[in-house]
Amino acid sequence: MNRVRVSLKQLLWLGLLGVVLILFGLGPRYAPMYTIILLTAIFMYIILTLSWVIFSGPTGYVSLAPAAFFGVGIYTSAILGKALPLLIVVAVGGLASSCLALFAGGLTLRLKGIYFAIFTFGLVELIKNLLLWWEIHFTGTRGRFVIVVDYATVYYVMFAILVVLILTAYLIRRSKFGLALQSIGDNEQAAAHIGINVTALKVVTFAVSAFFTGAAGAIMATRWTYIDPYIAFNPLFSFMPVLMAIFGGLGQFYGPIIGATIFGYLEELLITRFPYYYMLLFGTIMVVAILYLPNGLVGLIQKVTARLRVLARSQPAPAATSEAK
Amino acid sequence: MQILEGEQVTKHFGGLTAVHRVDLSVSQGQVVGLIGPNGAGKTTLFNLISGALVPESGEIRFKGEKITGAQPYQICRRGVARTFQSVQIFANLPAIDNVSLGALFGKSRRLSSAEATQEAMELLEFVGLSAMRATPAKDLTLPNQKRLEVARALATQPELLLLDELMAGLTPTEVTQAVEMVNRIRDRGITIFMIEHVMKAIMSACDRIIVLHHGEKIAEGTPQEIATSKTVVEVYLGESAHAAS
Repeated sequence: MNRVRVSLKQLLWLGLLGVVLILFGLGPRYAPMYTIILLTAIFMYIILTLSWVIFSGPTGYVSLAPAAFFGVGIYTSAILGKALPLLIVVAVGGLASSCLALFAGGLTLRLKGIYFAIFTFGLVELIKNLLLWWEIHFTGTRGRFVIVVDYATVYYVMFAILVVLILTAYLIRRSKFGLALQSIGDNEQAAAHIGINVTALKVVTFAVSAFFTGAAGAIMATRWTYIDPYIAFNPLFSFMPVLMAIFGGLGQFYGPIIGATIFGYLEELLITRFPYYYMLLFGTIMVVAILYLPNGLVGLIQKVTARLRVLARSQPAPAATSEAK
Repeated sequence: MQILEGEQVTKHFGGLTAVHRVDLSVSQGQVVGLIGPNGAGKTTLFNLISGALVPESGEIRFKGEKITGAQPYQICRRGVARTFQSVQIFANLPAIDNVSLGALFGKSRRLSSAEATQEAMELLEFVGLSAMRATPAKDLTLPNQKRLEVARALATQPELLLLDELMAGLTPTEVTQAVEMVNRIRDRGITIFMIEHVMKAIMSACDRIIVLHHGEKIAEGTPQEIATSKTVVEVYLGESAHAAS
């Protein structure tokens, strides 16, 4: 009985997923350009958030490195964009970020809590300043031009990265490594003593998460046409994923996705409607959300559905409840 | 056959000598107790064996092979499992996941998740927790958390099990149950090395006892020999108390 219900639910989800995939796949043919650009931005936010959640969600290691990985992707695109095909540039951008994550993770994942957060944030500043120094002293420029790619292509590539990321995140979460990551978050010492190679698992997961951030940076750079270290390594890209994940709620798989979607849309809405008060309004909404939704939007959804269930149960006659048993 | 051997094992914390030139050996199939006053270096010795700490000098061998310098996860996979003095469980994970993680990662052989869950169920049954398999570990009572830790350690299929104060904080009835559990673990062919303060438990469960004091081994022998040893009584009751008696 239980098994049938589960598989039916899974089938429903799969069907829904298929419809969503087709809808988004056909998007650029029918939707206005504005919608496509907005969707691309929202996809980017989801990628940033979900790839952050892959590592930081279960382990509790708060990484502020996303801006570094994103920037490495952007610079890969700026340097290799003219020489290589787009998809290869995107892949190289992801791999370069992964390498950075392997190196930085290997050095610092023994740091815990606030120390790890500070170091990863320092990494963003370090690379930014190193790059600035390099560009001024050796290449004699400060910024770089990036090849221009049409909107639809950027959209498709971003969407493809998102689909692969969702699949990867889901598979990791379902696998024994997802469980092991959670055990590291709960008690790292005990995890090491029951045979989990905690260092390797942390570093590899960190690198996997960085891959998607870097790939998103590589494709996003083509939308911006001109970049410099300040644009590419904007610390906002480190804080946004954390905020979006908390806003959406970390308890469920779909939490960060919902959080990033609403966040991205809200940003666009506020920028266009209230260009002067945008940051003020945005900040207020964030503060209210964190104060009143400790478990994010997911917590709110769960509360509402639980209440609806109670209502649905209490309304019909007692005969219905005995039947349910 | 000696399953665990230590030779001149030494560890300092700054100026404090935690473990000093300790020789030890545990034979296969035995239950060996490790006792000593607070701060004697018992837990430090366990940390050195399990790989949480690395000795400054000396060597530890498991089944004749050197394990000093290996990582905790490697030592675990070779067949040494442990529990902790203050329980170290995965608080937010259900009891069954706590145990199946041990089965999934602690063995040299790879298991499917269905096999791991199956084994975890059997072990929860073995320690008497099968009714609480879905309960998050943090919601279990202390004795049950300790049982869960034992089940998780057993899931890694150890040949040697290190129990660090399994019975601390338990009521007399629970101590009796714990001793009985230790005997059942031994019946599975697992060698046990245990730190314990509850004397009744250690005297009835152990074949041999090692006594540490100020990081040094001061005595070793059967429970009867230890109970009557002059040095051990001096250490526990103080020299003057002994002189007065």
